[in-house]
Amino acid sequence: MTFHALCEQLSTTPFSMLLQNITWIIPMTQSVHIVCIAIVIGSAAMIDLRILGVSGRSQSVSGMSNRLLPWIWVSLIILLATGAILAIAEPIRSLENPAFQAKMLMLGCAAFLTLYFQRALSTDHAFWELTPTRRVTAKMAAVVSLVLWIGIIFAGRWIAYMDIAFG
Amino acid sequence: MASILETAQWIESWPVAAAIRESGVLFPLIESVHVLAITFVLGTIGMIDLRLLGVSARNHAVTKLSNEIVPWTWGGFVVAAITGGLLFSSQAHKYVVNFPMQMKMIMMALAGVNMLIFEFVVSRSVEHWDSDTPTPTIAKVSGTLSLLFWIGVVVFGRWIGFTIGS
Repeated sequence: MTFHALCEQLSTTPFSMLLQNITWIIPMTQSVHIVCIAIVIGSAAMIDLRILGVSGRSQSVSGMSNRLLPWIWVSLIILLATGAILAIAEPIRSLENPAFQAKMLMLGCAAFLTLYFQRALSTDHAFWELTPTRRVTAKMAAVVSLVLWIGIIFAGRWIAYMDIAFG
Repeated sequence: MASILETAQWIESWPVAAAIRESGVLFPLIESVHVLAITFVLGTIGMIDLRLLGVSARNHAVTKLSNEIVPWTWGGFVVAAITGGLLFSSQAHKYVVNFPMQMKMIMMALAGVNMLIFEFVVSRSVEHWDSDTPTPTIAKVSGTLSLLFWIGVVVFGRWIGFTIGS
């Protein structure tokens, strides 16, 4: 079975049809999705800006991370759940859309980067500050992280615009 | 005295509005920056509101947290306002009569009033409760209203996309 056929079949399942037919489900799910994006963006940006030494200098990197990372992970779980609902509701519009696929790719990278950064911190809260190499690495990772999260938002918005070509 | 609709049509006739309308890619691009800016505003204001509610950052003084975060919130808001203005101009006559758009503006105005009241009234006594958890009830009310109004901005903002005609 082709991927397209799979998506078509998904869109005809009772659950998918239910999501499509109750008018407020998709907009409400998208709104929850956006609010959670705000939590992730606000938290990730604050940590990255702290690593880059641009903001929040009264707090330590590990102190700020310990406070904000739980919010990021819980929000990412909710984003996964709401995202799954949106993908099941409109499989062809999302799963076959290159913007969506690019978003998932960047999301995987961003999640991996965040996880790696966090695990190093859990072994030693000064891990990223101990050597000059690690300090530079942390700064580069912070920039990459910011670029990825911004890219994810752009790709997310662009799903709607590539929809016309692929939906 | 020009009607609101006439003013909207006049705004729509500006070259920048026409450029956004006619370009295939300018609107999505500006809109993406707008969404990014809004999420940044909500995310950062949320941090302060959650501190006022005693949910997060309890061992950080309110004023210290505020001083570190608020400049970024303002930066985000300015970007959101500029991109929002540009988006609005491209189809002003449609947006001006769009119900969710009107509600979004009302929510923002309410959020603004709430923030002014916080800044000039609630904050007066902040030295007394800066490092406290819980903060005084009025600070909690202010924080809750702020969250509700800004989430309202997001929900109504999303709704615009579903109701604006093409």
